[in-house]
Amino acid sequence: MTNQRNIFGGNIDWVTILIWFCLCIIGWFNIHAAVFDPEHPSIVSLNTNYGRQFIFIIASMITAFFIMMIDSKFFNYISPVFYGITLLLLVLVLLVGQNVGGNQAWISIGAFKLQPSEFAKLSSCLLLARYLGDYTNKTPNFKTLFFGALILLAPVCLIMLQPDTGSAMTFFSLVFVFYREGYISGQLLLFALLCIILFILSLLFSEWYIIGTLFVLCALGAFLFRRNRKAISSAIILFVASAVFVLFVDFAYNHILQPHQRHRIDVVLGKIDDPRGKGYNLRQSKIAIGSGQLFGKGYLQGTQTKYNFVPEQSTDFIFCTVGEEWGFVGSMVVVSLYLALLLKVIQIAERQRTSFARVYGYCVASIFFFHFFINIGMTIGIVPVIGIPLPFLSYGGSSLLSFTVLLFILLRFDSNRKGLV
Amino acid sequence: MNNGFFARRYVIQGIFIAVALLLAIRLFYLQVIDDSYLLSANNNVLRKMVVYPARGVILDRNGKILVQNEPVYDLMVVPREVGNIDTLELCRLIDIDLEGFRKRFNKAKSFSPYRESVFEKQLSSQTYARLQEKLFQFRGFYVQNRTVRSYPDSIAGQFLGYINEVNDKDIERSNGFYRPGDYIGVSGVERAYEEMLRGQRGVQNLMVDALNRPKGHYMDGKYDTLARAGEGLVSSLDLEVQKLAERFLKNKRGAAVAIEPSTGEILAFVSSPSYDPNLLVGREKGNNYMKLLNDPNKPMFIRPIQAQYSPGSVFKVVSALVAQQAGMLNEKTIFYCGGGYHYGRGHVMRCMHVDGSINLIQAIQHSCNTYFGYTYATMLDKRKMKPEKAYSLWREAVMKFGIARDLEIDLPNERKGLLPTADFYTKRFGNANWTSSFNISNSIGQGEVEITVLQMANIMAIVANRGYYYRPHLIKSIGEDHVIKKEFTEKIDVGVEERYFEPVIEGMSRVVNVPGGTGYSVRIPGIEMCGKTGTAQNPHGKDHAVFFAFAPRENPKIAVAVLVENMGFGGSWAGPIASMMIEQYLKDTITMPKAIQERVLNGNNLYVPEEEKSTSGTVAAVQNKSKQTNRQKDTTNQQASLKAVLNKND
Repeated sequence: MTNQRNIFGGNIDWVTILIWFCLCIIGWFNIHAAVFDPEHPSIVSLNTNYGRQFIFIIASMITAFFIMMIDSKFFNYISPVFYGITLLLLVLVLLVGQNVGGNQAWISIGAFKLQPSEFAKLSSCLLLARYLGDYTNKTPNFKTLFFGALILLAPVCLIMLQPDTGSAMTFFSLVFVFYREGYISGQLLLFALLCIILFILSLLFSEWYIIGTLFVLCALGAFLFRRNRKAISSAIILFVASAVFVLFVDFAYNHILQPHQRHRIDVVLGKIDDPRGKGYNLRQSKIAIGSGQLFGKGYLQGTQTKYNFVPEQSTDFIFCTVGEEWGFVGSMVVVSLYLALLLKVIQIAERQRTSFARVYGYCVASIFFFHFFINIGMTIGIVPVIGIPLPFLSYGGSSLLSFTVLLFILLRFDSNRKGLV
Repeated sequence: MNNGFFARRYVIQGIFIAVALLLAIRLFYLQVIDDSYLLSANNNVLRKMVVYPARGVILDRNGKILVQNEPVYDLMVVPREVGNIDTLELCRLIDIDLEGFRKRFNKAKSFSPYRESVFEKQLSSQTYARLQEKLFQFRGFYVQNRTVRSYPDSIAGQFLGYINEVNDKDIERSNGFYRPGDYIGVSGVERAYEEMLRGQRGVQNLMVDALNRPKGHYMDGKYDTLARAGEGLVSSLDLEVQKLAERFLKNKRGAAVAIEPSTGEILAFVSSPSYDPNLLVGREKGNNYMKLLNDPNKPMFIRPIQAQYSPGSVFKVVSALVAQQAGMLNEKTIFYCGGGYHYGRGHVMRCMHVDGSINLIQAIQHSCNTYFGYTYATMLDKRKMKPEKAYSLWREAVMKFGIARDLEIDLPNERKGLLPTADFYTKRFGNANWTSSFNISNSIGQGEVEITVLQMANIMAIVANRGYYYRPHLIKSIGEDHVIKKEFTEKIDVGVEERYFEPVIEGMSRVVNVPGGTGYSVRIPGIEMCGKTGTAQNPHGKDHAVFFAFAPRENPKIAVAVLVENMGFGGSWAGPIASMMIEQYLKDTITMPKAIQERVLNGNNLYVPEEEKSTSGTVAAVQNKSKQTNRQKDTTNQQASLKAVLNKND
């Protein structure tokens, strides 16, 4: 970290920029490998994904440069307008959008396709940061939490209509922001974790077994603390709440989730073994990564990705190429870079003088974390296959640009942290 | 500016680190600990394609093709990889029904779900062309190139032999050279020269994409091996002579062999009835094979080397030569023929003619049984030793002519023929005091003597060479360098001086070239052919017609033996065929009158399968003829036949 003054009139965190740059370049090389056709090896061409990604990287750099020139107060002021525009775009995409792979997520403008949900993440983060930042000196209360959540709920609902479940779920990662700002207690976070465990259990086993087990556990707890009325009553509440939750999950799983989503969950949970059907993606992805072994097969030598065994290999499954061609070592480099980026973003967030910048920093960290965890997790089979990109690595102009903007706005705040906002 | 929840940053950082660790552990497990994914990846992408070598091509002596290769395509399947395919479409493309599909698929699956096996064998180029376009729709299926044998002239089936897929025993014997699906020569030249013809299998490690389309070689072909084609063979056959002989022997049971005396190269090797070697190739092979096997005329029987006949007259030639060499006979020796040779107590071995006092040349010319009866008696009884011992000496001398021994032709399953030992007669007659009268029929090549048509032709080659022969062989040279096997260039001497051959040859020349000779009708204008008709006794039916000859008299180029089973007199059936073969070879034309050609062509003595029931007894008898007469215990039969024999000569 160097804290020298420069043309942007502040301190620029070059380490973070270096990580960002490394990830972009790694992404570019791996996209090249993923679409590489050994029969027609060609030079950089705009007709190929890696040719276009090169343009996107240049565009992102220029965008980043301009962001660093903009006065940081501008982002604060513009956030409600920006938020409004993206909501409009999200409505618009439902009306005139292009349907790609079952998701009405794209607006075509000439040769370019715009994905409003990517920008919705950015605008929601900015508005949330401004809203929570304004209340930062007051004791966190439910009302603020409620309206804060409302800011997120609007785009989530619109995105769910597309329906792009993956992008919508990204917003839930912002629970970390509320936690950091004191709106959610640790117990609640723990509670959420328990819910997730209960959720998975109720999908794996029959709901009546779980309710039965819960009843036994709660009855045991009540019996042990039978002198304590409060314990007894909380045991009863816990049991009723969990039972309702389990039944709800069961209902949601069977009646709310779409068949293909149900299937993906089933595959990850190992309830069905279906290497040829829907489980094909996951199996091929694991084969590609697993076959990379310790040091990988070498650049452009990956057979699974090169010969299209892995679907969506330059976008959502780009990590397969990393895993196959660079092996465990390469995978660890990428994972380490992301972890470094995440820790760096938190460090930057914490050193901001304004609550707005800090909350925004946590938003950025949460979103990066969610994408990082879910994307890599799905390629190696520890989370269901959810179609979201890996930041900076996956092919795609909208996602690269929006992640870059997300990051560089934070860096802009940081470079200016010693000034006044 | 921090608020009161500053410490929560550590919780969040902790969660991030924990998740990164979780991913790292999972990746470590997938990539470093669990090897199965590497295997799956290779299964996904690597297709081990065996590159089958083309089998060696076999040419005739003039470079015309006898056997070549034709590409066919085996449809392979890896059952585990077969996805949801349009089964009906595939069935339609390769012309099978759904039931057949299921049967084939289950068979492949029971062999191994993970390894490739042949789904449908030997698709034609046309079928392949149709299939290829749509092959990508049928995941788990791919096509493997093979070649099959193809015979442009459909000739020389028994000589060339055929190939089969290797069986477990072949694989075991080969110490792993063969793998299931390989082909191996089963009979004929294909088997005898298997090591040269088969070539060396190659392997290509192809990579395929998700749609099972080949995408190039694994590691740029680092682990690939090239297939090495089998060596080509130049056979000694003359395509035209072979074709001619096969044509005229059609619809008859019999054999014809022609040898170039100066080299031992076999110019024609006909076993009739023959079969189209193309029948034993391709998808119908199994059915055709069974048909051939069940044919009462036994087309799979390689008559020139497997059928043993009484030699008849050819034996008189050998007998005359051996007796001269032993000093017991010469050109001027005269015996009196009063129409038969009298021996024992009132037995007569009859002649067809009453020749009066004749010398050796005349005896050969007229094939006088009496003369050779005396010759044989002289050889055994007048040598100042026990006839038993004399017989052994005689036998030894006769065997030098390639009788009752392996000629070691380059084909498997050659049979030796028969000439019993002295012990055999001693045992049969109960003591060692027997004389020539006891087995006088040997003198004229009947009785216990049996030889193959190849041996007959070889005797002609010996006579043509005046005293030596080369091992008869079917393959002239091997490979591009035209290697000739050393053992085929070694002269084998039969131990009879050259001068003793002249009277015999003169006699044979008169048979053909003097009006009234039994071979006069088949003489060749402008060429002095020396030949002899013969009638091989057959205790089970009509006699076999035999003709053997060589030509020209000086500096002979070809020696021939033709035998037609159950056709009676040799001059009318075997003679014309032998004559035409010689003329074809020497002059490349035929001057034989059309009427004779027609007659020979139309001759038919095949067993008709429809009448199998009524004739099966005879069929079996004929098929087993050689075996039966071979069997030394079968003496009653022998005696009966002996009597019949003794009343005939030719």
